[in-house]
Amino acid sequence: MTMTTATPTTTTPPPSSKPRLATIWLDGCSGCHMSFLDQDELLITLAARADLVYSPIVDTKAFPENVDITLVEGAIGNAEDLAKILQIRRNTRLLVSLGDCAVTGNVSAMRNSFGVIPILERVYHEPALLHPATPQTDLPALRERVCPLHEVVHVDLFVPGCPPDAATIAYCLDALLEGRMPDLSQHTRFGK
Amino acid sequence: MTRRIEINPVTRIEGHAMISLHLDDAGLVQQAHLHVNQLRGFEQFCVGRPFYEMPALMARICGICPVSHLVAASKACDELLAVQVPPTAAKLRRIMNLAQIIQSHALNFFHLSSPDLLLGMDSDPTQRNLFGLLQSHPERARDGIRLRQFGQQIIELLGGKRIHPGWVVPGGVNEPLSKAHREQMLGMVPDALAIIERTLTWFPPLLDQFSAEIQTFGNFPSLFVGLANHQGTLEHYDGGIRVMDSAGNNIAQWLEPNHYADYIGEAVEPDSYLKSPYYKPLGYPDGMYRVGPLARLNLVDRCGTPRADAAFATFTASHPRPVLSSFHYHYARLIEILYGIEQIELLLNDPDILSEHVRAFAEPNRSEGIGVSEAPRGTLIHHYRIDGQGLVTYANMIIASGNNNLAMNRGILQAARHFVHGTEIKEGMLNRVEAVIRAFDPCLSCSTHAAGAMPFHICLHAPDGSLLHELWRG
Ligand code: SF4
Repeated sequence: MTMTTATPTTTTPPPSSKPRLATIWLDGCSGCHMSFLDQDELLITLAARADLVYSPIVDTKAFPENVDITLVEGAIGNAEDLAKILQIRRNTRLLVSLGDCAVTGNVSAMRNSFGVIPILERVYHEPALLHPATPQTDLPALRERVCPLHEVVHVDLFVPGCPPDAATIAYCLDALLEGRMPDLSQHTRFGK
Repeated sequence: MTRRIEINPVTRIEGHAMISLHLDDAGLVQQAHLHVNQLRGFEQFCVGRPFYEMPALMARICGICPVSHLVAASKACDELLAVQVPPTAAKLRRIMNLAQIIQSHALNFFHLSSPDLLLGMDSDPTQRNLFGLLQSHPERARDGIRLRQFGQQIIELLGGKRIHPGWVVPGGVNEPLSKAHREQMLGMVPDALAIIERTLTWFPPLLDQFSAEIQTFGNFPSLFVGLANHQGTLEHYDGGIRVMDSAGNNIAQWLEPNHYADYIGEAVEPDSYLKSPYYKPLGYPDGMYRVGPLARLNLVDRCGTPRADAAFATFTASHPRPVLSSFHYHYARLIEILYGIEQIELLLNDPDILSEHVRAFAEPNRSEGIGVSEAPRGTLIHHYRIDGQGLVTYANMIIASGNNNLAMNRGILQAARHFVHGTEIKEGMLNRVEAVIRAFDPCLSCSTHAAGAMPFHICLHAPDGSLLHELWRG
């Protein structure tokens, strides 16, 4: 009989058992992500409790599979945002609308009352510009209407605020990482 | 056969972008483009809204530097009111603007760029981030978190909120500074100073490891543009616009910010929602200029505070000015952080700083207002026109990072030509191309205020435009 040895033969680390966390920004101002970073030293604790598998602050280029929690900032403003949110939904267990733009459309949706064409004309066809023309090479088309996330995918948790403050984000993550749904009524509300 | 490589999205930057590189048969990079993929339309949707909404609304252009937009928008509104802002209010706005510069520079340097600097451009991409740094260099990572927190706490103590405070308003600020908050801020200064001085001792010796990057990360002649004062020191809030050429001559000593449209033009390129500003007298694209911390240090005689002056002297002794390599934006950022902390302390100790007279009230007295300030990434211009009811009829913004658009594109081409070649494209090669963008620290959320946010995309194409090869990292 041969004995199996416990000595690893490869340097590949064992798969982490920590929950897999992702954050992404769609059509927003980055303010909700800044509020995430405003958790300051709590980020160190967070790093010990979860693996940040995708985020603007890490070098992962493609949205991974089997994500436990994804925080989504911003509304759906262009074709690429839509493709991304559909993929995120497929790959994510708990999808969180983070901030008023994701929750309602907020400032990002203020262009809706004007329509895409007048906006592009205003921005890229002013007589004072050199080479006035609408940019379109290698760029995602803008959607006629900016919409909140839940209009196109199922959302598991809404965290309003512009942005929700860092304590609220920390409170949410704490509950979600413990497997509970947070009660946000005492923490944030629309427009806070 | 030619190839196109896309770096999509560019990560560890502030906003959305993609880079495309086009390689020829021999595997040499022919073209490099930075595509900024978001557009939001602020110029359009503020039309018809009351002018006094502009500061709070325009702050939502960008959550990374909302204070810069608050300040420039409020200054444009001060012009509409035709009021003199009370001196204490101007000083308080300066403090908040500097706190914003500190937190934003700390974010770029520590959270986004230092993984490249401390772990190496070729290091494991899964560890090359703030969390990897917390494992390998916990003290440095904590210093970065703490320094950014310092800036954010000052903003919160002044304005009640870290992101999108509503405190800067047309005519001044809407609440005076309390004695308790002043003491709290002053109490935080020594710790912040210790962090930045520590950083200024470990960072410069690292430069020796990056000589190839220093040579090629946007290292070329260009104009430099920024606000200037009469003392020849750093200026982030007031003053005139100075333009320097790459030989160090001030080709325009003092241009009136209100006349920006006479000397700054904007061009549209087909592959980016980000417009390309240029200095009109030299035409397009020769009027390419750079703004931001490196440009500001090139434009001044000294910083204006003792410790920052000493750091500036050390920097310029080994780097004759004007400094042309965009890699040195990193060094310039650190010196500006030091200046910002010292200057905040000076302003907090100003005898009038607790004055309760912090706002001037008036109805609109002019139909046009232009406000300029130095944001973390460079000169920021807000321009509004209103009708008789005070409703906005026209708005235009020239956004700090947008000013660097031409130089960023040239910078990624230069770095890609040096580092990306051959048939096998390695991850570290592409990371260097992205690192050029990190050095410029563009805020892409800001820059495409018009239509949306900025995704970065790097593409590499064959001469016939065909896509040869796509490399996705992750
Ligand atoms: S909710 Fe507010 S802070 Fe968040 S992305 Fe939208 S505008 Fe920015």
